[in-house]
Amino acid sequence: MASRYRLPDPRNVSTDQVILEQIPNGRRVVDLGCGDGRLMVRLRDERDADVLGIEVDEDQFIRALGKGLPVIRTDLDKGLNIVPSGSFDFSILSQTLQEVRHPTDVLCEMLRIAHQAIVVVPNFGHWKVRRQVILQGRAPVTDSLPYEWHNTPNLHFMSMHDMRELAETLNFRIVAELPIIGGRAVKRAWAANLRAESALYILQGNLVAEELRRTHSIRPSQTR
Amino acid sequence: MWCLWRHIRQSVLLDTYNEREDFGRRASRGTLSQFTGVWMSQELIQENSKQIDDRSIGLVEKEYVTLFESPGVLNLAGGGKLGPITVAYETYGELSPERDNVIYVCHALTGDAHAAGWHHGSDKPGWWDGFIGPGKGLDTSKYHVVCANILGGCQGTTGPGSINPATDQHYGRGFPFITVGDMVEVQAALMNHLGIEKLLAVIGGSLGGMQVLEWGARFPERVGAAIVLAAGARLSAQGIAFNCVGNRAISADPHFREGDYYGKEVPRYGLALARMLAHITYLSEASIEMKFGRRLQNGSAFAYDLLKETEFQIESYLHYQGSRFVERFDANSYLYITRAMDYFDLAEAYGSITDALGKTAARFLIASYDTDWLFPTSQSLELTNALIAAKRHVSFIELHSPFGHDSFLIELEQLARIVSPFLDQTLKSIRQ
Repeated sequence: MASRYRLPDPRNVSTDQVILEQIPNGRRVVDLGCGDGRLMVRLRDERDADVLGIEVDEDQFIRALGKGLPVIRTDLDKGLNIVPSGSFDFSILSQTLQEVRHPTDVLCEMLRIAHQAIVVVPNFGHWKVRRQVILQGRAPVTDSLPYEWHNTPNLHFMSMHDMRELAETLNFRIVAELPIIGGRAVKRAWAANLRAESALYILQGNLVAEELRRTHSIRPSQTR
Repeated sequence: MWCLWRHIRQSVLLDTYNEREDFGRRASRGTLSQFTGVWMSQELIQENSKQIDDRSIGLVEKEYVTLFESPGVLNLAGGGKLGPITVAYETYGELSPERDNVIYVCHALTGDAHAAGWHHGSDKPGWWDGFIGPGKGLDTSKYHVVCANILGGCQGTTGPGSINPATDQHYGRGFPFITVGDMVEVQAALMNHLGIEKLLAVIGGSLGGMQVLEWGARFPERVGAAIVLAAGARLSAQGIAFNCVGNRAISADPHFREGDYYGKEVPRYGLALARMLAHITYLSEASIEMKFGRRLQNGSAFAYDLLKETEFQIESYLHYQGSRFVERFDANSYLYITRAMDYFDLAEAYGSITDALGKTAARFLIASYDTDWLFPTSQSLELTNALIAAKRHVSFIELHSPFGHDSFLIELEQLARIVSPFLDQTLKSIRQ
C-alpha cells in the first residue's frame, strides 16, 4: 500500500512557534484546547503573557495544572459562558477547529471573549490530499495519532478557500492569513492552498478590523 | 440466610461508620461494590484499613488557645462584641523554617478541628484523614496543615454552648450574631498567634469553601492559594430554604426553650430532624439509590404498619444519622452557623464578586461535583467567571462523582490528583 498523506498533528511544536510569533509581549491570551499547556508555558515565559487554558480532557487538565497554569476544564462545544466577554486580547485555537462539532459557534465565541482570534487549521486543499483522494481513493489521517477515518476526532475538512468563505459568511475580517509550509509561516506564497499543510488566521469582528488591516504588516497571501 | 447476613453487615456498617463522611469512605478505598449489593470480604476491608494506617499521621492532640482576651475584643459584623474567644485547633506536619508551607483547612457546617490522625483511644480518625497525611492530597511530609473549629461551633471553640465568663452562665441565645467573616477573623487571629503571616493555601468545602473565599476577600495579601470545593459565592435561595425548615424543626421542639436548654433536656428531636433533612441535601439521588434503593430494613415484605417509621433502609439510615448527630452537636451552634451561611454573599458584602476577590494575588482552584445539587456547578461557574473578569489566576473543574455534595469528603484520591500538583506549583512559585 502506498504511504498515506498525514495531516499536521495538533501536538506539533512548530505550530506553537508560528502562533508565538503573532503575539506581542504582555497580552492576555486564552488557549482553547490547550492540552498539557505547552504553548501557554511558552506564552507565559517568552511573551510575559497572562494566560488561561481551556481543556476538555481531565488528564491533560491535570498536566496543565502541574505546570502552574490556570486552566478551565470544559467542552468547547458546550460554549464558553464561563469566560466573560472581551476578557482577552487573543484567543487561540490550534489545530482543533476541525474537531469541534460546531465550528462557527466556536469561532463566534472566540471573538466574543477576545479581541482577536488566532486559528490554525489543517489545509485539506494540500496537493497531496487531493492526489491521495484521486489516485488512492483514501481519506487523510493525522500523523502520529492512531486514528482511522472512523475514529478520527477530525469532524470537518476545510481548505484555505473554505476558511476564507466562512470568515466572510460570519462577517469576520481576516486580519492575517499565513500559509504554513514546511512547518514555517510564510507571508506570501504562490499556490498556497495547494502547498500549505496548515494555515494560520487572525480573525477579528468587523468593526475595527479595517483600521487594523491598514496598520498590520501582514497581508493576506495569494491563494489559488 | 443471605438477607440476615446482609442485615448484620448493614448494622455493623451503620455502627462503625456513623458520620456522613463515612458514607463513602469505603468507596474511596475501592469498595464501591457494597453499593451494588456485593459486599466486600472482611479481610479486604482490614487490608484496606491497614493501608490507610500506613499513610496516617498517627496520634494527634487537640490544642487550645484563648484569643481576644481583655482588653482585646472581636468586633463582629453584626455589631456585637465578643471576647475572650477560645479556639480549638490541630496541626499536622512540620512548619518549614521559612514558615511558607502552611495550609489552613476550613471545615464545613458540622466538622471540627480534628481533620486527620487519631485521638488517643478513639475508634475513628479525623474527618478528612484520607486526604491529609504523608503522601496524601495535603501531604504532611511537605506541608504544615492547620485546622481549627469555627467560631460559634461546639467542638472546642467558643460558641453559644460555652460559658460566658462575664456571667458564668452558658451564652445560649445571648451569644452574639456571627458571620462567615467573623469566623475568618478568628482564624486569622489564630495564625497571628502561631506566628504565621502568610498561608501557602486555604482549602475548604461547602461552608469551608465560603470561608476560603472570605479569606481571599478579607486578607488578600495573606493567601497564596485558595481551593474552593463544592461551594459558591453565596448560599442559594434553595439552601436558605432547607436551613429554614431545619431551624424551624429545632425552634419548634418544646425542649428548645428559646435556646436556654443547657443543663436540661436538649431539643434532640428538633435537631435530629434538622440533620435528617440536611443530610438528604448532601446526598444525590444516584447515591441513595446505589446504597439503599427500596430495600427494606427487616425482612422482604411490607409490614402494613403506618407507625413503623424505619421500614425502608433509607429511613433507618436517616434516623440513625439524626440520633447520632444529636450526641455530638449543639442545637444553638447549628442555628448560629446555618444563619451565618444564609447571610454569606460575597457580592452583597463587597459590591461584586470581582471586587471581593480582585485584590488578592492568590491562585484559585475551584471544583464542583456533577451530582451536587446543594451547591451546583453553576455556582462554581459564576465564581470562576468573576475571577476571570478580575484577571485572577483561576482553574476550574467539575468533577464526576455519584456522591452529591458530600463528594469532597469521599472522593479523596480524585481530589488529591487535582490538589497535589496545584499545591506543588504554588509552593514552587512562592519559593522562586
